[in-house]
Amino acid sequence: MMTLQQQNISDNNFESCIKCTICTVYCPVTAVNPDYPGPKQAGPDGERYRLKKPFFYDEALKYCLNCKRCEVSCPNNVKIGDIIQAARIKYSTHKPSLRDSMLADTDRMGSIATRMAPLVNFTLGLKPVKLIMDKVLKIDDRRTFPKYSPIRFETWYKKEAAQTQEAFTKKVSYFHGCYVNYNYPQLGKDLLTVLNALGYGVRLLEKEKCCGVAKIANRCIDQATRDAVFNLKYIGQAVDEGDEVLLTSSTCCFTIRDEYPHLLHLDNHDVRDHVMLATRFIYHVLDEGKAKIAFKEDYKKKVAYHVPCHMEKLGWTIYSTSLLKMIPGVEFINLDSHCCGIAGTYGFKKENYDYSQGIGEPLFRQILDSGCDFVACDCETCKWQIEMSTQVPVLNPVSVLAEAIDIEKTRQLNA
Amino acid sequence: MKNARKTEYDVIIIGGGATGAGTARDCAMRGLKTILIERLDFTAGATGRNHGLLHSGARYAHTDPESAAECIKENMILRKIARHCIDDTGGLFVTLPEDSLEYQDAFVKDCLKSGIPAEILDPEQAIRMEPAVNKDIIGAVKVPDASVDPFRLTTANILAARINGADIITYHEVIGFEKDGNRIVGVKVKSQRTGEEDIIRGKVTVNAAGIWGYHIAELAGVKVNMYPAKGALLIFGHRVNNMVLNRCRKPGDADILVPGDTISIIGTTSTRIPFDEIDHMDVTPGEVDLLLREGVKLSPLLATTRILRAYAGVRPLVADDKDPTGRSISRGIVCLDHAKRDGVEGFVTITGGKLMTYRLMAEEATDMVCRKLNIDRPCETAVVPLPGSEPTAEDEERRAHIIELSTEQKAAEERHGSWTGKIKATSDSDDALVCECEQVSVAEVNYAMDELHVHNLVNMRRRTRLGMGTCQGELCACRAAGLLERHDKCTERNIDDLASFMQERWHGMYPVCWGETLCEVQFTSWLYQGVLGLDPEDSKDIDPSSF
Repeated sequence: MMTLQQQNISDNNFESCIKCTICTVYCPVTAVNPDYPGPKQAGPDGERYRLKKPFFYDEALKYCLNCKRCEVSCPNNVKIGDIIQAARIKYSTHKPSLRDSMLADTDRMGSIATRMAPLVNFTLGLKPVKLIMDKVLKIDDRRTFPKYSPIRFETWYKKEAAQTQEAFTKKVSYFHGCYVNYNYPQLGKDLLTVLNALGYGVRLLEKEKCCGVAKIANRCIDQATRDAVFNLKYIGQAVDEGDEVLLTSSTCCFTIRDEYPHLLHLDNHDVRDHVMLATRFIYHVLDEGKAKIAFKEDYKKKVAYHVPCHMEKLGWTIYSTSLLKMIPGVEFINLDSHCCGIAGTYGFKKENYDYSQGIGEPLFRQILDSGCDFVACDCETCKWQIEMSTQVPVLNPVSVLAEAIDIEKTRQLNA
Repeated sequence: MKNARKTEYDVIIIGGGATGAGTARDCAMRGLKTILIERLDFTAGATGRNHGLLHSGARYAHTDPESAAECIKENMILRKIARHCIDDTGGLFVTLPEDSLEYQDAFVKDCLKSGIPAEILDPEQAIRMEPAVNKDIIGAVKVPDASVDPFRLTTANILAARINGADIITYHEVIGFEKDGNRIVGVKVKSQRTGEEDIIRGKVTVNAAGIWGYHIAELAGVKVNMYPAKGALLIFGHRVNNMVLNRCRKPGDADILVPGDTISIIGTTSTRIPFDEIDHMDVTPGEVDLLLREGVKLSPLLATTRILRAYAGVRPLVADDKDPTGRSISRGIVCLDHAKRDGVEGFVTITGGKLMTYRLMAEEATDMVCRKLNIDRPCETAVVPLPGSEPTAEDEERRAHIIELSTEQKAAEERHGSWTGKIKATSDSDDALVCECEQVSVAEVNYAMDELHVHNLVNMRRRTRLGMGTCQGELCACRAAGLLERHDKCTERNIDDLASFMQERWHGMYPVCWGETLCEVQFTSWLYQGVLGLDPEDSKDIDPSSF
């Protein structure tokens, strides 16, 4: 009988749960929202009931912000977060609302908004507009919207950078994502600055769409799957040409690597190892002696690093923090690993706003008490949340490197 | 209760299984002054230790058409009167490559002859309906099998008996009979808790004690030839299958896989055992082996699914009175009038049969009691819904927005049906879960303590499913013990109770203790022995029904 029973195979290992409840202790939502059953109950416990009858699905699972901290904490490798998200996709009878589809469709909203960026930014900042959005769409009026950029990163790249990048013999591909494209092209430019100085040219994928994290969270699964298939095709092209595909967003990176196979059931095994965060790539290049870096002597900053949830799940925090610590003028503070509460579109929703801010509260307090000049963080939505809630600026570690690097010296070192 | 015993009853029923509870309900509904006496807890015997299968009768169609006809009739009745105890899963009889399709043809004919709707399916269609089934099947027949919760069913019968005026006492063992010449006029009982003895008087006594009825009959001075047959079963951690799966062949070992509440059960084996083992049955490695080996033929998923525990029940096999050698076993229901058979007046034994036919057994026994008492009241148990299954206006209203409820509220709804409204949560802490695996709230535990004859954790488990889930009491037992303590205010007995409960859970896990189940047990023992300092020796007050 032992030979028959050698493996216990259940979807997302839900039967490996030994009910230790550590996940619930680490769940940022459970601590602030009594209506949320917590990862153990929403995940493996609830799954038994849902297997009995889909009727047992509990709509309170919508409060899960998919931070995956439960999975990081699980001693038995149960994919708790995946169980919960898969259940929302499979069993929820509520159709995504107009608001949810709007928030989820970052590409469409982005391409409209960037065309009229100044107007959109102005309008979205107006109190009456915010009140209307609050009342009609249930997007909380206390939330500050990220600013849209008048010029898209892709447009800038084609006009200003494409040609110079071709000159490099060593190249990487860059999946910029929606945020860099529509809101903050500067981060993309910073990546080019750093990688160019290190001797690497940066290409864009032939085409890309939103990674789909917001669509998955808002259960627009067909669209998310279409976009993911599209992305995998062009990522595959770059990988076939021998490129590593770099990202500057921990969430996009995590989505493409892990959510595509786990929640959208797409096979990405041939590209997964080549999709990585820029900081991981840069760290390895420096560590292996493939490139050298020099920093400005007068760069002096007190930097507090915040670990985004999906960074915690990727397990790659060490790369970003090691790079920051390499900068001689940086006084480094490691903030406690704690969810900031926004979780992408989650914190924009009126029903989640208070929980969102409640979750982030200990982090905000620690940031304000730290006396740092700015917070470094690999996730854009954490950036919005922390900047809105603490007024402390947040920079991607790549932007910090771009600011601290002695470009000329570095270029010469790598010539 | 003391006062109640001063009165003379029309009927005394011995045994708190489905048959005893059903008989108490029937007698009480026909206006008899009724008392039910149970040695331990309801469902502590064979009722609580079987597959929980609502037979369509198909299994008996070929070998025992009479039982098959009884089954399908009772099946249809129970679906109406006990809908909150039944999960209408449907069932398949599948033919494996090693079995013959000829049997299937004969089987379908026999089913139809007995009035059992049986529909031959294309194997591919069957696989689509039940993806857990072995993909190699060469034949499949769909029948109206379903699963029935024996704990819920028995509790509902007890409640119905009580509503109709019956008295119910548990944890009292019958130790003798009061006789007036050749007439039995009462029973002598002993409290399991206090050791106190008492006499209960009644005009007719019904022996509905299952295999334990052998001894009861002996106490009454009559002999009923019974043989205990042990049947072992395994419980899997979640629902592997959503339809009952049967092998389409002559009934044999481990050929039924039933989706029980949140779990799946494979069984059974069949072994004659001596009487001194009926209160302490261990599932042997050989039995586990056999159940798994045969089980994976029905559903290969069983090979890779966590096993929660193993358990065994005792079927009371009754020798046919017509066979003087006592070797041939009578099929179906055995209702003995000991006045006619043995010259003992006022004593009836109801036995044989199966969980499926408990209501019919109760009806036959009650008919016999009524004849003895010269009472002419028709049996209504086939048409009156059981408590929890009545349609009510409130019920309709609740069903309308049930989809918005939490998992725990939905689970309570499934367990208590139209009586769920009696579970009152008056504060946030009442909504807190005691048992997380099976979604039992503080309010439900309190309701069970107040209304469902709960004296200890084992009773609580049988009324609510507390401790029946994946962790087998690891998280809930200590919480529930705390709630029970507040109720009966005896910490010492409470600790003993907790220790016996955990020992009983361990007893079921031991035969299948490998892999995740082993991790769970280890973790549980750290918690209870390491952190809480519970000593397994404390389980001295152990309930024999636990084993």
